[in-house]
Amino acid sequence: MSIDVKVKRGLKLNLKGEAEKILVDAPVSKTIAVQPPNFHSIVPKMVVKEGAKLKAGDELFFSKYSEKTRFVSPVSGTLKEIVRGDKRRILQLVISPDEKQEFKEFEKMDPLQADAEKVKEQVFSSGLGAFIMQRPYDVIANAEDTPKAIFVSAVDTAPLSASQEFILKNKINFFQTGLNVLTKLTSGKVYLGVDKESTGEIRHVENVEVVNVQGPHPAGNVGVIVQKINPINLGERVWTVRPEDVTIIGELFETGKFNAERIIAVVGNAAKETKYFKTKIGAEVKSILAEEPENTRIISGNVLTGQKIDYNGYINFLPNELTLIPEGNSYRMFGWLPFKDNHIHSMSKTSLSWLFSKRKYDVNTNLNGEERALVVTGEMEEVMPMDIYPMQLLKACMAGDIEKMESLGIYEVIPEDFALIDYTNTSKIEAQDIIRQGLDLMITEVG
Amino acid sequence: MNWIRKRLDEIKEPFQPGNKFEKFAPAVNALDTFLFVPNHTTKKGAHIRDAVDLKRTMITVVLALVPALIFGMWNTGYQYYSQTGEEFGFMDAFIHGAWKIVPMIVVSYGVGLALEFAFAIMRGHEVNEGYLVTGLLIPMIMPVDIPLWMVALSVIFAVLIGKEAFGGTGMNILNPALTARAFAFFAYPTYMSGNEVWVSEAANVDGVSGETILGTLAAGKEVMYESASMFTGMIPGSISETSTLCILAGALLIVLTKVADWRIIVGGFVGAAAMGLLLNALPSMGVEGNALTNFAWYNHLIVGGFAFGVVFMATDPVSAAQTMKGKWIYGILIGLTAILIRTLNPAYPEGIMLSILLMNVFAPTIDHYVVEANVKRRKKRMQTQTVKTA
Repeated sequence: MSIDVKVKRGLKLNLKGEAEKILVDAPVSKTIAVQPPNFHSIVPKMVVKEGAKLKAGDELFFSKYSEKTRFVSPVSGTLKEIVRGDKRRILQLVISPDEKQEFKEFEKMDPLQADAEKVKEQVFSSGLGAFIMQRPYDVIANAEDTPKAIFVSAVDTAPLSASQEFILKNKINFFQTGLNVLTKLTSGKVYLGVDKESTGEIRHVENVEVVNVQGPHPAGNVGVIVQKINPINLGERVWTVRPEDVTIIGELFETGKFNAERIIAVVGNAAKETKYFKTKIGAEVKSILAEEPENTRIISGNVLTGQKIDYNGYINFLPNELTLIPEGNSYRMFGWLPFKDNHIHSMSKTSLSWLFSKRKYDVNTNLNGEERALVVTGEMEEVMPMDIYPMQLLKACMAGDIEKMESLGIYEVIPEDFALIDYTNTSKIEAQDIIRQGLDLMITEVG
Repeated sequence: MNWIRKRLDEIKEPFQPGNKFEKFAPAVNALDTFLFVPNHTTKKGAHIRDAVDLKRTMITVVLALVPALIFGMWNTGYQYYSQTGEEFGFMDAFIHGAWKIVPMIVVSYGVGLALEFAFAIMRGHEVNEGYLVTGLLIPMIMPVDIPLWMVALSVIFAVLIGKEAFGGTGMNILNPALTARAFAFFAYPTYMSGNEVWVSEAANVDGVSGETILGTLAAGKEVMYESASMFTGMIPGSISETSTLCILAGALLIVLTKVADWRIIVGGFVGAAAMGLLLNALPSMGVEGNALTNFAWYNHLIVGGFAFGVVFMATDPVSAAQTMKGKWIYGILIGLTAILIRTLNPAYPEGIMLSILLMNVFAPTIDHYVVEANVKRRKKRMQTQTVKTA
């Protein structure tokens, strides 16, 4: 039996620069970086020093506040440098990989037969815990908790998102094992969100509840599925894992190896080659993009939720995309005239772009206006399919009113759920940032 | 275009951070951004943004006001000439009206924008575009013969007390334009009501009487106009309130562009029609009523400031209710109370101004109860969850 989640409110954004379904091997990255700031609110305690020899799966650091959660090296090699920032905060652990990769041997296990405690122990000690995110707060899962349910969404509705079905192809066995592992971690069920239209083998997996998802973005966001099926109440925990990371979990249990292989889709209207590249987690951007693009923003992740990174930087831990769009640092005359510049997408009817619903848009990073006070009402609700009053919640976050945030549902949302509000709102407020700050306040005040 | 851009950048140089006139940057930026959408790029959050901004939204409302404004100018002249009996053409009437109204608009924008710029500089934020609409609305809802100093004073009151005292654009409780109107009405009642202000020069020229339809009804006299003229707007009244036709044209623009919420407008008309029908039915219930309660319900919708108020004032998103359900309730209540105040208040035969201001005050309460339903649902869900696990 499957469950249906149908979303009406949202926005399907058609952009230029979708990835062709071609998979190529990216050149081996000269260095690989694990970046602790990728793991929000984790304070790393190092267990190895600069110069240490590592195998793939060897421990690098653990969380200061939750010793059970361990973080491991994605490759075998030498820890070349620990890059620190202000107040000696660790920014990057740079590893130069060996030519021949060696793997630490973890215990092979059939998760369905094994003891639940033992499975959990293996997940968190082998570094797989870094792939498991917790709601509320959008932080790495705490090994001490037992979540009421685990959600995986294999639906890609975000603009230019990588196709999960393409990425998971040939890995469906590992995916199944990974899901089996997840079933041992929760007291409830494991839910897998699948595109209602899809007929692929992904919908024939076992031991999970399949959720048929339908509708415009953010329908595929795991948060929407959680909210529609099993919303989070005060004190409850739900874990979410991205599908490709489920395969990494499954592979470790089947083969005993931590294989940090990552398929990255290069997308965007400024990208020369829009394809899928096979590389390692934390690879250099240089290894994927042969030459530095000019006046272009490189984003690790998608255009709505990703993070701006440098050409000389590294891809972030979780995202499966590298998005390239032109910087919009130019002026545009009389842009305030209604019905002018219809080549720029607008959800508002003050532009005629709604007449061309099939058109694929060129985008850039221009703010298309300036930040203003919140004036227009009703527009945020149009892209918020959850049972949440977005503007009221944002205002509560701005005011730091904990009681109000709680009663308006702060536990049910994470920044990515507000990404479309970032995009569409007239006043150009940074909704995702406001929610992140609200969540951080909740972590310190409520925990 | 590049040449203009270069010149602008040169002019702006002394206003850049660290330079001499840094503090006055919002003033120059406000002018600059009217020519160009700035080169600002996204810093946090989503990397791409929608083409809409507040300037575009506000300009759309200004465009929607244009038909009513043009008609108002013509009607001012038409009312004057048709009563003096002089020969006149379309342009004569229009010029007569423009001669009266353009100075009012200039004063309203001049005084109001000066204050807005001053506050933006003082508070160190960019100039918000809200006043573009407010500044045009204020003259449009005044009687034509109001002295310019009174317009200026009303504007000052509206901006200072109605808006900036609450923290500026987006924070005000009352609609600023109506605050200006209410100020003028309560501070100078003789200028704002009675028989002599609604038609141009009515106080100075003999033979011109400037009574509004509602004033005539309140005085217990016969109304000389037909419903058709009330709808097209060839009647005396505040400058732009008379033509329901032109107002509906504007309404179409702001509803289709979703700048104004249709729920409030529909709710307002439904509420007013309901109250009108109820009052019309009074005689059949054995209550006598008065000339205003017996005035046909559909006429109530097209005379006075009702249509203008519901379309352009009640829909101001800042002072209106902000939730979907709240907007329905807010709109309907405005309609109901507007007609109620209009018909049963002996002092002044119009109710839309007071009813919108009243509902502005209640809007946060309406929203509170709508949002509370969501909060309760969440709490209840939590309780059932605890019961299940217990």
